[in-house]
Amino acid sequence: MSEPLIEVRNLRYRYPDGTPALEGVDFRLHAGETVALLGPNGSGKTTFVLHLNGLLRGEGSIRVCGLPLGPDTLSHARRKIGLVFQDADSQLFMPTVLEDVAFGPLNLGAGRTEARARALDALERVGMAAAAHRPPWHLSAGEKQRAAIAGILAMNPEILILDEPTTFLDPPGAAALVSLLRCLPQAKIVVTHDIGFAQAVAQRAVFFKKGTVAGEGMVPEIVNRFGWNGPPPERRGRP
Amino acid sequence: MHIPDGFLSTPVWTAMNIAAAPAVGVMARRAQRGFDHERIPLLGVMGAFVFAAQMINFPVAVGASGHLLGGALLAYTLGPAAAAVTMTAILAIQALVFQDGGILALGANVVNMALLGVLVAWLPYRWWGAGRWRRPAIFLGAALSVMVSAAAAISQLLLSGIPMPEAILGVSLGVFAVSALLEGAITVAVAGALETMQPDLLRKPAGGSFAVGALAGGAVLLAVVGVLFASARPDGLERLAEDIGISEQASALVATPLADYEAAFFEGEWLRKAAAGITGLLLIFGACVAWGRFAARKRSA
Amino acid sequence: MRHAVLDEWSRRSSPLHRRDARVKIAALLVFLVTVAITQANFALLGPLYLALVAAGFLWARLPLGGALGRATVVLPFSAVFAGAAALAGDPHRAVLLAAKSYLSAAAVLLLVATTPLPSLLRGFEGLGAPRFLLTVAQFLYRYLFVIWEEALEMRLAAASRGGAGRNRGARFQAAAGLLAVLFARSHARATDIHRAMLARGFNGRFELLEEPCLRAADALFLLPAAALPLALRLALGGAA
Repeated sequence: MSEPLIEVRNLRYRYPDGTPALEGVDFRLHAGETVALLGPNGSGKTTFVLHLNGLLRGEGSIRVCGLPLGPDTLSHARRKIGLVFQDADSQLFMPTVLEDVAFGPLNLGAGRTEARARALDALERVGMAAAAHRPPWHLSAGEKQRAAIAGILAMNPEILILDEPTTFLDPPGAAALVSLLRCLPQAKIVVTHDIGFAQAVAQRAVFFKKGTVAGEGMVPEIVNRFGWNGPPPERRGRP
Repeated sequence: MHIPDGFLSTPVWTAMNIAAAPAVGVMARRAQRGFDHERIPLLGVMGAFVFAAQMINFPVAVGASGHLLGGALLAYTLGPAAAAVTMTAILAIQALVFQDGGILALGANVVNMALLGVLVAWLPYRWWGAGRWRRPAIFLGAALSVMVSAAAAISQLLLSGIPMPEAILGVSLGVFAVSALLEGAITVAVAGALETMQPDLLRKPAGGSFAVGALAGGAVLLAVVGVLFASARPDGLERLAEDIGISEQASALVATPLADYEAAFFEGEWLRKAAAGITGLLLIFGACVAWGRFAARKRSA
Repeated sequence: MRHAVLDEWSRRSSPLHRRDARVKIAALLVFLVTVAITQANFALLGPLYLALVAAGFLWARLPLGGALGRATVVLPFSAVFAGAAALAGDPHRAVLLAAKSYLSAAAVLLLVATTPLPSLLRGFEGLGAPRFLLTVAQFLYRYLFVIWEEALEMRLAAASRGGAGRNRGARFQAAAGLLAVLFARSHARATDIHRAMLARGFNGRFELLEEPCLRAADALFLLPAAALPLALRLALGGAA
């Protein structure tokens, strides 16, 4: 098997006030696959993904696309990983959609013409080319999210990470997102509570519980094992 | 408190813009703190917060309510330089988008609210904010910031020759006093709530000798009150300038190369009034800088 | 929110909209200074200045009545001091105060209604405003509505939990708590924005996608726009 795109070993992290957030997480992501991160609120899923591109720094080892993640390889990791946050409003901070999507390429050193071209191309791919010159507050939740994804795609990442992407989407919006994700060749990690969505896009699931990985496997198997789709399994044996 | 265009006389608004421009530049550099543009989102979002805070009403009396003005709270959470920059951005957006305050008058409004207001809010907190005088310090800082901004605005209006009969002056000052007390109360309440929720949002006051802090604050207050009274009696200031000989030398300086220039700008009259405005400001800034240095020397002694 | 209308107006298209922001700012400043230094013969000059501004709105294909109506927002403040001046026996000054503040507000409104705010802010860089400050203002404008809506929702939620009816002190404290929560949320949002910036490779400076360039049409606009008010003032406004 080829080298994983992301390899995490024994990742540990404590919040500034000392509460443990991640207590020894191991994780691998291979090219072309989509992994769903499931688990209760506060189990560390979002905290975990923030480590992958160095926004948070914990203990343990992380390798991204062949290089160990450290202070001097941050830009490499951020070039390879595109992170889409839950609240698209915090991600679309420029005055127009086009300027926002071009933000990434400009930071990567592209000249103005090239950045503009890459931005328009990315908007085309997500079906938002018509909105290029509109301000972000004119967009619906689904449109904002697609613009945010375009902003990531314009940087040509190898990995996409989406944090709770269906939170503000209605069912048609979620379906549109599923189609879009299926067209994108990058390896993906999706943090989600939406089981239907997880089953539609992901092959593998990783279940987080209290800052550790409690189980890994195919999505339906994990869902059943942890009762993530209904009432908890009946307690048998001792009362 | 936002002065519109058309109110300030040319010497006054020119002097205020000349005073505000470099001061804002200095504050902008200090607010960046060598982190280039990293703090921009924080300051921008906090500016938006101040706007949104207008919507939350604090009950005062039957049928009356007020809202947070925000200069002091910004100072206690972002630090004085960043707060000054944020307030300037707020004033600019208010002037442009809401026509609340003029464009030529922007310098004056910036001096009153973003510079003086923030500085005067910060001083009591910086000196007395650690320890048991914390809440009175916050109350005093917030109240003073409103009063000083108002006093400075009134001074500028008086210096511009806006007729203000004693009755109007009295009522204005009264209204501002109530607004100042309300701002003090609101700021204390919000700062208190923030402390329970997320104490690290509030800055740590440097502390220091109570007496030095009192002297610093006293100097600033004296300067501001002095300017206010002097503005109400501009002849006094002009006579003072004449006595010192400034105005004659000034007109002589300017008259020589521009003797044949017809424009009204370059008469001694204009310079006297501009000198009055700038002198007042220099008094206040000078007082603060001097006490800052004095305090630093005292601490390292 | 009020500014939504202005925002929409600023994104329309017209010859005036297409002019460079710096040139429009320069024209505005000349106009404002001209109004400021006009003392004599205001009965004639005032309406002439107003006609210039009105012509601007018409050229920009904006609703004239609506625009001139918006500018009246400045009048309540002016009215107080105008009234004071009239009572003090100086009705001429009273009229001047009210009229000048209105004219200035209308002129500023014309500028903002024909220039999207981010472009306008960048235009001020030409006048020496620090880019740090301008970008703060840009972010402020971007999140103005977002935070405003959050505050609105919080206020509704608090009201539906029965905000009224308790004593004033409790309501005061409740409002303070609400503001504190809004503050903390805004602060957290700023952290999120910063993270989103870092995640896309931000390394300290905002790069601009467009560098505005001056065209012949801009110069052709600026000359008459600046000269007209000044000429009127010099011709009809007396010596000083």
